[in-house]
Amino acid sequence: MNPEFGRFSRWMEGKGPDSDIVLSARVRLARNLRQLPFPHRLDEGQAETTLARLQETFAALEEGWHLRFHRLAEVAPLDRQVLVEKHLISPQLVQEPVRFQAVAIDPGESISIMINEEDHLRIQVVLPALSLNEAWQVADRLDDALEEHLDFAFDARWGYLTACPTNLGTGMRASVMVHLPGLVLTRQVAQVFTTLSQVGMVARGLYGEGTDALGNIFQISNQVSLGLSEEEFLHNLAVVAQQIVGSERHARQHLRQEAGIRLADRVARAYGILTHAKILTSEEALRLLSEVKLGADLGIVPAPSRASFAQLAVLTQPGFLQLRAGRALSPLERDELRARLIREQLVGEAA
Amino acid sequence: MAENPGAGGALTLCQRCHQRPATVQVATVVNGEKRERRLCEECAREEGAFHLVLTPVFTVQNLLGGLVGQGVGPLRPVWGDRRCGYCGYPFQRFAETGRLGCDRCYEAFADQLEPLIRRIQGRSSHHGKVPRRGERQLLRRRELEQLRAELRGAVEREEFERAAELRDRIRALEEEARQVGAGGEGA
Ligand SMILES: [Zn+2]
Ligand SMILES: [Zn+2]
Repeated sequence: MNPEFGRFSRWMEGKGPDSDIVLSARVRLARNLRQLPFPHRLDEGQAETTLARLQETFAALEEGWHLRFHRLAEVAPLDRQVLVEKHLISPQLVQEPVRFQAVAIDPGESISIMINEEDHLRIQVVLPALSLNEAWQVADRLDDALEEHLDFAFDARWGYLTACPTNLGTGMRASVMVHLPGLVLTRQVAQVFTTLSQVGMVARGLYGEGTDALGNIFQISNQVSLGLSEEEFLHNLAVVAQQIVGSERHARQHLRQEAGIRLADRVARAYGILTHAKILTSEEALRLLSEVKLGADLGIVPAPSRASFAQLAVLTQPGFLQLRAGRALSPLERDELRARLIREQLVGEAA
Repeated sequence: MAENPGAGGALTLCQRCHQRPATVQVATVVNGEKRERRLCEECAREEGAFHLVLTPVFTVQNLLGGLVGQGVGPLRPVWGDRRCGYCGYPFQRFAETGRLGCDRCYEAFADQLEPLIRRIQGRSSHHGKVPRRGERQLLRRRELEQLRAELRGAVEREEFERAAELRDRIRALEEEARQVGAGGEGA
């Protein structure tokens, strides 16, 4: 196990405008090498050569980027799981076998580049709050720096060519991670998401496609990647995100006015459990943390003294807990450690 | 999966326009009743666009596979054995998985992909970032095309010395393109 993976990413500090609702902004660019089969079609020789060349490319990047290159075959399975839990890599990248997969990460964990996932390269930049433009600027510069060394598959009509035509054009998927307990509690969330699909956006759960909305956390992203400039796509997403923030604030206000004491009771109970429970499953923890976060945002219960909501959410994940413990844990041991860590973070002392 | 009506079997006409040959089998569900018809590609495309509005989107991959592939979607076309000339990827695999084999597959299957891309993406031309080195690649590609044309001419005129010279230059350019493509340049 590599303790280096056990730290929190910079975006999890959760500072910035609307950061009580928008946890992070992410920009991902899909890039492929010209005249080479896409990763799922590479034979072993080609895959090894490609991986080695990309490793050299990252080594040759200017010093300023500080990217560390990890071949996944050399990363312990538990560490890989932690990287997934921190959203630095996708669950798809760690699907066995991982002989030719790799990831390059910067020390602040704002930048991660997945190698040989669905595309040869997937450049990801994650920043706190609604910093979509800033994330795009970093991704754009890194893309330029990589292009000094690599020839990307590009077509004048269709833009950057990707393994799946759903990523064609800009190759860009931008997303914001939002915490929407108000919209969930007032049962408006389904309606909001239906509207999203009509404007070319899509909402997913915490860990991407096909996952549940654990802890009322959703990722909203552009579904279309061709036909507009990156800036236009980002602008549209930012506008939609701001509207969702507005609806969420409205829902919270409504809850406070119409269900004041019941809301306070619910939040206080969640706080009570989290500060006293001796064992907690990750699902229960995330659900209660979401309610406590809502309560803290509304000033009903004290905010966690040390960790942010995003840090606590990651802390509850099984891989992360075991990395912190420095060893493999049984499910019961995990539930116990999870309860203890959350307790400590909420009350600010070893309870 | 139906046999390709064009290959050996009797030619069936489209059941919608009754003019063009039917190449696509379309399943529609109307009031709970399943109906299968054989249509030409134009008609299937028009009907497909209509279905898309009603089909709930689970994952885009499924949507893609369903649109062009056999199985769950409204369209069940017969592709025969179309393959990418560069990587050998069969179009049928794209229909099943929603993924292409290489960047050149986009050229190889352009006619099939074009309407599909327009349907998925809503638009069909790129307006975003352009790689800085794109221009140089384009020049290299144009030069290659020109050299190959010259080579054909030289061979036809039996100018073998000239042909050998051209072949060497083409090889050198192809090698350069390959190295750049795999990231060898500047690394
Ligand atoms: Zn017809
Ligand atoms: Zn191909």
